[in-house]
Amino acid sequence: MTEQDYDGPILEIDQLSISFFTRLREIPAVMDFSVTVQPGEAVGLVGESGCGKSTVALGVMQDLGKNGRVVGGSIKFKGQDLGQMSMEELRNIRGSEIAMIYQEPMASLNPAMKIGKQLMEVPMIHQNMSQSDAYDRALQVVTDVKLPDPKRILNSYPHQLSGGQQQRIVIAMALMSEPSLLILDEPTTALDVTVEAAVVELVKDLGKKYGTSMLFISHNLGLVLETCDRICVMYSGEAVETGSIEDVFDKMQHPYTQALFRSIPLPGADKNARPLVAIPGNFPLPHERPNGCNFGPRCDYFEAGRCDEDTRIRMAPVEGDDRHASRCLKFNEIDWAAPLALAQTKTKGEIGEVVLSMKNLKKYYEVAANAMFGGGETKVVKANETLSFEARESETLAIVGESGCGKSTFAKVLMGLETATEGTITMNGKDIQDVPIESRDTKTIADVQMVFQNPFDTLNPSMTVGRQIIRALEIFKIGNTEAERRQRMLELLDLVKLPREFADRMPRQLSGGQKQRVGIARAFAGDARIVVADEPVSALDVSVQAAVTDLLMEIQREHKTTLLFISHDLSIVRYLSDRVMVMYLGHVVELGTTDQVFSPPYHPYTEALLSAVPIADTSIQKKHIVLEGDIPSAMNPPPGCPFQTRCGWKSQVPNGLCDKEVPPVRQLAEGHQVKCHLSDEKLAEMEPVIKIAAE
Amino acid sequence: MGLFILRRLGVMLLTALCLTFIVFFLTNLYPNLEKLAKTQGNFRMSDAEVASYLEPRGYLDPMPVKFGRWLGVVPGWVTEGTDSDGNPRVTGRCFTTNTPDEERPTFCGVLQGDWGSSTVFKDEVSNIVSVRLAATGKLMGMVLLVMIPMALIVGVLAGMREGSKMDRSLSTFSIATTATPEYVSGVIFIAFLASSKNGISPWLVEMGWIDGKTLFLGSATKAVADASFWNFFLPVMTISLYGMGYIARMTRASMTEVMTAQYIRTARLKGVDFRDIVIKHALRNALIAPFTVIMLQVPWLLNGVVIVETLFNYKGFGWLLVQAAANNDIELLLAVSVVSVIVVLITQLISDIGYVFLNPRIRIS
Repeated sequence: MTEQDYDGPILEIDQLSISFFTRLREIPAVMDFSVTVQPGEAVGLVGESGCGKSTVALGVMQDLGKNGRVVGGSIKFKGQDLGQMSMEELRNIRGSEIAMIYQEPMASLNPAMKIGKQLMEVPMIHQNMSQSDAYDRALQVVTDVKLPDPKRILNSYPHQLSGGQQQRIVIAMALMSEPSLLILDEPTTALDVTVEAAVVELVKDLGKKYGTSMLFISHNLGLVLETCDRICVMYSGEAVETGSIEDVFDKMQHPYTQALFRSIPLPGADKNARPLVAIPGNFPLPHERPNGCNFGPRCDYFEAGRCDEDTRIRMAPVEGDDRHASRCLKFNEIDWAAPLALAQTKTKGEIGEVVLSMKNLKKYYEVAANAMFGGGETKVVKANETLSFEARESETLAIVGESGCGKSTFAKVLMGLETATEGTITMNGKDIQDVPIESRDTKTIADVQMVFQNPFDTLNPSMTVGRQIIRALEIFKIGNTEAERRQRMLELLDLVKLPREFADRMPRQLSGGQKQRVGIARAFAGDARIVVADEPVSALDVSVQAAVTDLLMEIQREHKTTLLFISHDLSIVRYLSDRVMVMYLGHVVELGTTDQVFSPPYHPYTEALLSAVPIADTSIQKKHIVLEGDIPSAMNPPPGCPFQTRCGWKSQVPNGLCDKEVPPVRQLAEGHQVKCHLSDEKLAEMEPVIKIAAE
Repeated sequence: MGLFILRRLGVMLLTALCLTFIVFFLTNLYPNLEKLAKTQGNFRMSDAEVASYLEPRGYLDPMPVKFGRWLGVVPGWVTEGTDSDGNPRVTGRCFTTNTPDEERPTFCGVLQGDWGSSTVFKDEVSNIVSVRLAATGKLMGMVLLVMIPMALIVGVLAGMREGSKMDRSLSTFSIATTATPEYVSGVIFIAFLASSKNGISPWLVEMGWIDGKTLFLGSATKAVADASFWNFFLPVMTISLYGMGYIARMTRASMTEVMTAQYIRTARLKGVDFRDIVIKHALRNALIAPFTVIMLQVPWLLNGVVIVETLFNYKGFGWLLVQAAANNDIELLLAVSVVSVIVVLITQLISDIGYVFLNPRIRIS
């Protein structure tokens, strides 16, 4: 297809409906969905998992698989109906005019094909380019996406690159033939925050450079705010609100959008004074949608007899705004400015004595340099380096860091899955660093429990929920009879606010949030004193996250539990933790109370981390810091300061000290420590990263 | 890489040694030896006579000593006795009576290249085994040449569009072939294609389309020396079909999995056409899993060879095994087992090395 002069909208989706057909029934995945993407415009598509946003993307690509079919409406690309095209025509458009960037870069690159070949394929198919021209083009695009040493990269296999580099390759692949429309399907979900920030930056720049229109699919409102001009919020297969970023973020006109914003931790939210408001209830399954408004059953403004009438609710334009529309019957009646009815303010539990203390904990792994052909030489992975901290009763200590920083290793050592190489872990006056879990006594095991990241994999799929909790009780030797244990199990279900009937259900009948609650119930089965929560909500949807976080907080208040909250999500950490420990490559680079860590002076890494987190609030101004490169491998850490390879402040330290010496731990204030060479004056010069703009 | 192969070879030798000892132990159990004595001497021997036959020949020595002798690390037995005329006579494992004293070696076993001699064929075991192994090698080579391409093509064609009509029919075909053991398919083939009374041959002769009496020859005896399409087709097909179904199923499973992978979607949405998706993107990834299976299939085919060679009277390695086992030919049986063990281990080594080459993810840096 030749490039024609065309000045209408790039993509026009008009009342699109897509259904999947199973043997049982037709499942409508997308209903009455309309969106328009103008040239050079970036439109964000936001919603929770299962709301149909990815289906829209695949619909645009006309790649719905065997079961999916467009059952109504049209998708026009540059004025031509994609639904009417032949396979041949579609193939010509795919990859050259419309390109897609996917969620998991590793899975979307062919593992047995060199990067160069995968890139060169695109222009060779679409522009009949010769091999050498295509190679030059690939080289240029790889340089454009700011990858170091492009020649080496073209000659390597996907598995030889890091996650961030792979995603850059996927982006490069999409840009190979300068498409007019780029569809990004959760492009940064699998990446670390600092890498995510860099990738988002890159996409924005390239979008400007090539004038590409973008359809940006994400569940992260903050990310959409940073990248897009317009936004479309989806709920259960329908667009519920569309408009420009400013209109939707500041003058939202749909209850779901409002509820969504209230459930995410923005700066200013506080777990005691202003807790998050979770959206009640669950996302309806596609075949169990209610009559009338899909959001009705979960909506605060629900009016029986009006919102649940058996008629389709249409999108209605909001007067006075540019293309701002809402799918709500009552949006003109709702007082959107009304302040949030404050749920009861909770008092914080008194922080008690020290429960757990670690001193100079080290964990080194020895790995064979070459796993399969195992030679004699071994390398040492320094997963944890001189970790020292204390955690007190009913305190939440957040451990923050990107993948590979050693936070999971630390959890494993604490749990007894690994033993420490050096140093001590003292819990309740007992040293447990050298006691593997097999030889720990029941009390110790019951005292330290874990809530895992992925609730889908950590429940036994062939055992009822109740049985699994009872099993934990048996292991912890709680209750003397089966009946007693059953009683205790039911109480635990009450504790995590699950109906008692759930005891007889199988894990597959539960939603993600419910499964995570079971996981929490299991962790608290033996009245754990310390609970390690390893990214407990990162696999859950935004609206559920708030509920699960709240639950954890509430149990903590009642049980005076010490919570070690491992996370990479700084918003949630800021919201719920008392103290924060920032880790980088096995080192604790900063440790202090939440206020100390979130305000200057920062460790340079904390500063970058804060700047990288997307915040879904238009009134926030952030200092822009983009870290270069990837996290170094723990197998081959840089000499001197672990962060020196990416640090923006390195030039401020005289004598190249950062290259030579690991910085000492410095006390900046009471309980605030930083591992950095920067002088006190330099640290004092630091400005806050996040500023709330004066209105 | 070199180190890896060396290490694997070491492990292989150790495995071979252990497995051989087991075979040696079983074939040298007393009842077996008694049978040997009776077949060599006469069937009405008394127990004492059996013992006096076995004793001077070293058969009654402790098992490790016997095994050591067979390997060639323990000196062979030497017995001084008298012959029937009462003259002193020295017999030994490593020499005959008329070998001059100075030429009599102390050790003679596998390590010295002496595999013993066969009681059935009255010949050196090493000669027999090498000739028969070559014959079977030819058969196996043909089988692999026919089976692997056929299996891969069937598997890939079936797997590239899961659930299509082509997939259904090819899958049914491969299940049917795997479910039919060689002794069934072989018999059916002979009855249908190689009989001058039944099947299609008489009809073809009637129509004047073939020269001989049958379409294919039901006996492959001549194929050892002079293989032709006519006499070699049936045994090759019998083994191939059986093994093919299995490999095709594995390839299909692997192919369907690859075809649903995200990178295939990436390729599709890049605008690559279906043929190139299959050939350039899916094929190599889809072959990684079946490759190991193919290599595992080789020793498994050795099984099938025993049946097919007997059925078609093809005098190869499998046939030899049957003869050795049936006639209690201990040394021949041992040699056959050792060779089988080595074949199995070598195919495993090839499979490991080949896997590394197909899968870039575990390539050594």
